[in-house]
Amino acid sequence: MKEIEVSSIISAVKDMCIEASHFLTKDMEDTLVKAVDAEESELGKQVLKKLEDNLKIAKEDMIPICQDTGMAVLFVEVGQEVHITGGNLTDAINEGVRQGYVDGFLRKSVVSDPIERVNTKDNTPAVIHYDIVPGDKLKLTIAPKGFGSENMSRVFMLKPADGIEGVKDAIVNAVKDAGPNACPPMVVGVGIGGTFEKCALLAKKALTRPVNVHSEIPYVKDLEIEMLKRINESGIGPGGLGGTTTALAVNINTYATHIAGLPVAVNICCHVNRHSTREL
Amino acid sequence: MDKYITTPLDDSIVNDLHAGDMVYITGTIYTARDAAHLRMYNTLRENKPLPFDIKGNIIYYMGPSPAREGRPIGSAGPTTASRMDKYTPELLDLGLKGMIGKGKRTEDVKSAIIRNNAVYFAAIGGAGALLSKSIQTSKVIAYDDLGTEAIRELEVKDFPVIVVIDSEGNNLYETAIEKFKK
Repeated sequence: MKEIEVSSIISAVKDMCIEASHFLTKDMEDTLVKAVDAEESELGKQVLKKLEDNLKIAKEDMIPICQDTGMAVLFVEVGQEVHITGGNLTDAINEGVRQGYVDGFLRKSVVSDPIERVNTKDNTPAVIHYDIVPGDKLKLTIAPKGFGSENMSRVFMLKPADGIEGVKDAIVNAVKDAGPNACPPMVVGVGIGGTFEKCALLAKKALTRPVNVHSEIPYVKDLEIEMLKRINESGIGPGGLGGTTTALAVNINTYATHIAGLPVAVNICCHVNRHSTREL
Repeated sequence: MDKYITTPLDDSIVNDLHAGDMVYITGTIYTARDAAHLRMYNTLRENKPLPFDIKGNIIYYMGPSPAREGRPIGSAGPTTASRMDKYTPELLDLGLKGMIGKGKRTEDVKSAIIRNNAVYFAAIGGAGALLSKSIQTSKVIAYDDLGTEAIRELEVKDFPVIVVIDSEGNNLYETAIEKFKK
């Protein structure tokens, strides 16, 4: 049994909120920089260069990459040999989010109720997904999600007869509908299989996979490559102002499903695909 | 084409702006997003005056992150304009001349842009750190309780935007996509 004090969880979550809002992971930054040369539109190139400058300013001056510093989404893997001491885990995570957003000059974008809409003023509560895993580690991944792109995400309950062609059309149509609203170039997270909620979770988690790493399943890898090509043929381009870089990556996760179903979720993220991971 | 303009806008300035132009704005602009638009809408229903004179002015759909000490504002990029579509035609009919946001607008908004000789600009979405460098001062002038959604008066210098829908109804999002579609 390993003991982990809540204070160390609070400070890790706080640091991760601030880190994710100001620094993209290296795979994201490299992919964005590489896109400048490949882009065929002159205006598109200019937009991509400005996004590159934006990342530099964010880092050097500690200004969030995007003013929408998101709703804090956390994936938490709790080793079954871990014992949390000094408080409860969910409270500790929310306290870390509170401190990160208040002390880190991040925007408070959360309202306590979807209809009454009163701002909680500290960006809590977070959306937390727990997984119990073997071992004695606590792994925290934070993925603050902006809503320009979240609003353009979709779930499709396809039929088995729709097959892989149906899945392809669902992905491309979701991206085309999103267009300039989702701040392209986007990263497209896709979940295929499971149930209604499981496929959405698969799609969200797919966004946290490095954009230069493909699925280990051969047909899924092929699908990722084909979808990226088709999306980039849509013409939407950087900022939606026309061009050949509409998405930087398509990450797809799959799961077993029911004999009667083929759920597909498309979780769209903008180019500010932020996430940060720590293991305690 | 690169164009430099100062606010407030009038017909001669707007007539010279065409879909696809890069425009650098200097002067006073006002921020308002979802919650501020709802309040302005309700204010008009009560026949009360809006919190600022919108005639000839530009609304920037933006809610900033908090400013660090010694800085006028935090990260300050555009939010999705379509969420304001419901309220926009009425504001344009009352004299609003320009909007800065990102993303598609409805046909109703486009018609109101043409009818009132106005313009819809896009700023680069997700470039809030870069865009904040063109904002010199920021002052909350209404709805302080809304936090990031309050109405702010901004002084901007060479604030970079692109004309998406011009006063003739040309729409860059539609034409530019066709050029690169394969």
